[in-house]
Amino acid sequence: MSNLNSYRTGPDETGHFGIFGGQFVAETLMPLILELDAAYEASKKDPEFAKELSGLLKHYVGRESPLYFAERLTEHYGGAKIYLKREDLNHTGAHKINNCMGQILLARRMGKTRIIAETGAGQHGVATATVAARFGLKCAIYMGETDIERQKPNVFRMKLLGAEVIPVKSGARTLKDAMNEALRDWVTNVADTFYIIGTVAGPHPYPQLVRDFQCIIGEETRRQMREAEGRLPDTLLACIGGGSNAMGLFHPFLDEESVEIIGVEAAGHGIDTDKHAASLKGGRPGVLHGNRTYLLQDDDGQILEAHSISAGLDYPGIGPEHSWLNDVGRVKYVNATDQEALDAFQLCCRLEGIIPALESSHALAHLEKIAPDLPKDHIIVVNLSGRGDKDIFTVASALGVDL
Amino acid sequence: MSETRIDRRFRALKAEGRAAFVTYVMAGDPDLESALEIVKGLPAAGADIIEVGLPFTDPMADGPAIQQAGLRALASGTTLRKTLDLIAEFRKTDDETPIVLMGYYNPIYSYGVDRFLKDARAAGIDGMIVVDLPSEEDSELCLPARAAGFNFIRLATPTTNDRRLPKVLANSSGFLYYVSIAGTTGAAAPKPADVATALQRIRKATDLPIAVGFGIRTGAQAAEIAKIADGAVVGTALVEQVALGSDNKDAVKRVLDLAREISAGIRSVKKT
Repeated sequence: MSNLNSYRTGPDETGHFGIFGGQFVAETLMPLILELDAAYEASKKDPEFAKELSGLLKHYVGRESPLYFAERLTEHYGGAKIYLKREDLNHTGAHKINNCMGQILLARRMGKTRIIAETGAGQHGVATATVAARFGLKCAIYMGETDIERQKPNVFRMKLLGAEVIPVKSGARTLKDAMNEALRDWVTNVADTFYIIGTVAGPHPYPQLVRDFQCIIGEETRRQMREAEGRLPDTLLACIGGGSNAMGLFHPFLDEESVEIIGVEAAGHGIDTDKHAASLKGGRPGVLHGNRTYLLQDDDGQILEAHSISAGLDYPGIGPEHSWLNDVGRVKYVNATDQEALDAFQLCCRLEGIIPALESSHALAHLEKIAPDLPKDHIIVVNLSGRGDKDIFTVASALGVDL
Repeated sequence: MSETRIDRRFRALKAEGRAAFVTYVMAGDPDLESALEIVKGLPAAGADIIEVGLPFTDPMADGPAIQQAGLRALASGTTLRKTLDLIAEFRKTDDETPIVLMGYYNPIYSYGVDRFLKDARAAGIDGMIVVDLPSEEDSELCLPARAAGFNFIRLATPTTNDRRLPKVLANSSGFLYYVSIAGTTGAAAPKPADVATALQRIRKATDLPIAVGFGIRTGAQAAEIAKIADGAVVGTALVEQVALGSDNKDAVKRVLDLAREISAGIRSVKKT
């Protein structure tokens, strides 16, 4: 990797980022994935596709999302200047809809009539149900029973939007199991069904196409930062479960040497315990859900259950491009515990009047570790990937409050 | 490559004029001892080829029955190493019946491909089916396995169209496993007429024997498939027998009883 001219050229023709990525799926799905790849490549060459997508992102999603100077968080830490990229202000309350809008337009072009998706926190499920309603397509969302319990508001939202929410009872009944079940549905309903994967993982071309649809976050940030400060930011911060919000912010900056890029994994009760979701720090390369990537697994290659207070980060893997960026050293991956995220959640509520998602709170939690020691002209952008209204029950319970 | 037990078995069955009965059971389900008893009893119950399932936490192409079997096997302490030991133990008393290891890639990748191939050879495995390794990923395991003398058995499905079929067949050997339905294991019973049409299409592209699986549960269904295919694969129905009671000794008997019934169905069909 020493003569790497760009960090933005992946994946290669076989869908790999270094050793990561690939197409590890059952034969039944291969023709569908190849068809998706062809449809995606065709859409990139079609100006009508870009025009339709950008119109919907503007008028329906409400983009662009603000890049907001967080004055009081900045004062609080007394060091670096902190900006928040307000993906929480998108329609449906998170970055997930950027990708869903792109994928549903592909689904329509491919003549698919039924949409399926997996969801952890429910944000991707809500975003998928939303675009399915908008375009009048049938929609089934797979969600682990554990997550259904801790994300009741989003479950009801999906139902209001006309989606069928299918409880997944296998495994730990969280995101990993929901993804297994969605893949099983897809294997069964190959003719009419389009699978909207919610993160930068899965078989090629998903990691690439989800990234591309999320890159609008980083592209807007570049432009907005130039307007606000006349230059590039110095540090980017984003939380990582599968890693779609992070990849969307990071990717347009990967070739800017001056920009330090930090991804924050969920450390749960701590990465020295068996209750965390930090695949890069606590895992090793393996193959799951269609791609090779860092995975939490035991000595026999059996996948371990992840843990995070945030359902959206509760996944034992990570997108393959993040695994590659980790190994080549371009992005620094750190982590934050449940408690650190909870503290950051409350601080953001009180100081900025913004209730952040528990996922995004992991990125906010890293501010305390770096912002105070940085000079006042050092600019940090935190991706505020979603709003935390969905999390108030979880937070109340963690704080011992009875709602 | 030199002839494997699988090649020999299909050649013998062709001479005999009947289809192969291919059985699938999960290693370590309900426990390692009982699973060994089941595997040891299968040839006498009529199995011509035995697929031994390698348990995995996330079997994304399997239906509930095989998912549960995998979880029971993991709960009983089954690992890849212990699965190989089980097969080695079986080989001490049976040097003829072909054994195919069937599972997902991650346990093998984690074990290390070179080490796995060496140990699988020593255990007496003849072929392997790795569900999440399509031909796009041949360099991972398929090519090294072929070089080491194993049959790498590939799945073809209703979605495998004529354009794709040559790619699927390219490095496969032993037999072709035709998945009769688009779905997970054990989902719906295949329609013999649809299967016959598909097999006609596939036979134009290969001389490999074709075994048909997914959804075959009874001797009568297996007989229908035996008329048109070179083999019938039964997995879910056998695996379900394990779960029916709590006594593991009875599980062995139930699995073998059903195997005998299905075997009789297949053997009732004579081919010219």
